[in-house]
Amino acid sequence: MRRWLIAALVLLLGKLRRRRALPPGPPPREPDRKAENATFVLLFLSMLASAAFVVLYVANPDTQFLGLAVGFALLALAAACAVAAKRVVPEVQGEEPRPQLLHVDDQEETLAALRQGGEGVSRKRFFLLMGGGAAGLLGTALLAPALSCGPDASRVLTRSPWHRGRRLVTERNEPIVADGIVPGELLTAFPEGARKEQLASPVVVVRVRPDELDLPEERKAWAPDGLLAYSKICTHAGCAVSEYRYPLHDPTAPGPALVCPCHYSTFSVTNGGNLIFGPAGRPLPQLPLEIDGDGHLVAAGDFSGRIGPSWWGVRRG
Amino acid sequence: MIRGAVGFLDERLGAAPLLKKTLKYVFPDHWTFMLGEIALYAFVILVGTGIYLTFFFKPSYAHVIYHGEYAPLRGHEVTKAYESTLQLSFGTKGGLLLRQTHHWAANVFVAAIVVHLLRILYTGAFRKPRDLNVFVGATLLAIAVFEGYAGYSLPDDLLSGMGLAIGYAVMMSIPIAGAWLAALVWGGEFPGGGVFESRLYITHVLIVPIVMAVLISIHLGIIVRQKHTQFPGPGRTERNVVGSRLWPSYALRATSLLLATAGVLFLLGGLVQINPIWLYGPYHPWEATNGAQPDWYVGWLIGALRLMPSLEIHAFGYTLVPNAFFGGALFPLIVFTLIYAWPAIERRITGDHARHELLDRPRDAPWRTATVSAFFSWVAIVFLAGSQDQVALHFHFSYVGLIWFFRVASIAVPVLVFFIVRRAARELAATELHPFRLDG
Repeated sequence: MRRWLIAALVLLLGKLRRRRALPPGPPPREPDRKAENATFVLLFLSMLASAAFVVLYVANPDTQFLGLAVGFALLALAAACAVAAKRVVPEVQGEEPRPQLLHVDDQEETLAALRQGGEGVSRKRFFLLMGGGAAGLLGTALLAPALSCGPDASRVLTRSPWHRGRRLVTERNEPIVADGIVPGELLTAFPEGARKEQLASPVVVVRVRPDELDLPEERKAWAPDGLLAYSKICTHAGCAVSEYRYPLHDPTAPGPALVCPCHYSTFSVTNGGNLIFGPAGRPLPQLPLEIDGDGHLVAAGDFSGRIGPSWWGVRRG
Repeated sequence: MIRGAVGFLDERLGAAPLLKKTLKYVFPDHWTFMLGEIALYAFVILVGTGIYLTFFFKPSYAHVIYHGEYAPLRGHEVTKAYESTLQLSFGTKGGLLLRQTHHWAANVFVAAIVVHLLRILYTGAFRKPRDLNVFVGATLLAIAVFEGYAGYSLPDDLLSGMGLAIGYAVMMSIPIAGAWLAALVWGGEFPGGGVFESRLYITHVLIVPIVMAVLISIHLGIIVRQKHTQFPGPGRTERNVVGSRLWPSYALRATSLLLATAGVLFLLGGLVQINPIWLYGPYHPWEATNGAQPDWYVGWLIGALRLMPSLEIHAFGYTLVPNAFFGGALFPLIVFTLIYAWPAIERRITGDHARHELLDRPRDAPWRTATVSAFFSWVAIVFLAGSQDQVALHFHFSYVGLIWFFRVASIAVPVLVFFIVRRAARELAATELHPFRLDG
């Protein structure tokens, strides 16, 4: 009996000792010396590049070299991390359970708790209505000052600096000699003394042969000697109508036209700014012209319609 | 020392269980999961470089005479916004590098989000319970496009001004309230007086970034709560998630991707010129340039504005809905509504209301793959139409002819794509070939 006990004890202790000596699980990983060395080299290169960035910044801050240095420092560090991730440290795979998302009992308890809050309260709907009304009106009241951000649109959009007798000037504020404009040329003009940045200010002036003109009856007098002026702001999206398509050898192209380079709305010059092609929904407004006693261009009135991009309720003509 | 730090945090915050869980968090391994990560890292770069830019940029339309390093513009009257951007580019050490890196990061940010969205749509990752996160993600995409537009609109160069003019026109075109809204935002008529530039600036550098940071946190928080989707495979079920644990290998890989993204962006910022505003010149409402190409992510809106035929809803000689509304507002509204509604639409069509944690390979859902491809090709055709003036110029095609080609293509190509892709997906599913590998 005693011998058996001793034998069992020896076995047990031996097992324990063996267990201590050889822990369970996979054998420890062998370090990958090569990969470690590669990581060190990359880290060192990154340091060099970062140092180079600082030196360049102080000595010769050329954008290309700065970009190369910091880009290389980051990429070398990225490569170091990648090598370390793949070859130096262990890749530990794992599995996790997903969370339970549907909790029917808790849903019920939530609803019960919500209901409990309304116990013994009469006219609940009316409370909700009144509470909602108070919150909504308070929100409206607090948002109202946002209206100070801008003026009433109807006041700004109808402003125009053009009126009968106002002289046209160039970007350098020089008056425009009517005889100086040749067919095929596109000139940008502004009302004398007005703010040029205002959308209603800039116009394009072009000359066509008087026999090319095909203006509506009431605009026959708007183009003295074949000189025409149109708002330079496209009625589609507000870009500057800055291109002029003037056929040099007829009949290779349809008549002279103004083109907006943003979305290529194309307006006829000869018939009063009507759309030939493109997305714009209404014609380019025309400015009636006159030539004053000094031979300078002056406006004979305001535009034929509202200038600039369209909005709800703008007159189309 | 690490033992001390863990002990310190645990004794004060009870942080050990959370730390343990975080280190053991499981990420499924698939390269497509890196797309969203790249977007996240680009955002980090954007915030970092953007903070630097705010130290130099002056958001003001006040006029000054330029006397800086860039000789061709010396003596010209420009705005402070334009001048300070030039000064930042030419008169500040490292300024141009940071500015260009910021701009490149914006382009990469939106691109990464779009490709990430395609992964979500193609693999069915949008199904319950992740339909919730589609709302957050799609909103982030919309805001990212707006934020990029606001950013390149700040320097007040010719390209910014033209973009803002179009934005103003699109806002004006909104039915009923448009003109009133535009007057509120611009503080009057375009190009706006003293207030608009500073409003745009605070929107770009503070309000929108905060909204984005909050949405990104929600986006990631939902992922942590629901855990990642995974492709089917041995040992992978609807109930578990199998992959690499965060510590140590995955953390290093993610860091590597962050650094690589930053590295590529800084190389681009240093070596590849972007948005050279000194070549565009300062903005004036009466000036425009031909062939101006803004950042790629607004191309689909320009294309839509160009393709739209001359149509306005009008009555009694008065315009009601101007043309710019259709391409500039209605088109993006439809595109985003489709993205938001897609999880619900698919649920309705398939009758599948179950929770899905395993992804589909695109070929295993031919109908969905074909629909997503058709949708994407539709937007892509309109996007290509945004640069058709360049095509017309370089290949000597008629611009009018191109417009008609793209108008037809925007309707015909999605239909064709639907049938071709559906067929291809079915073939691939039947043969188990790999589309890009000859050996299968």
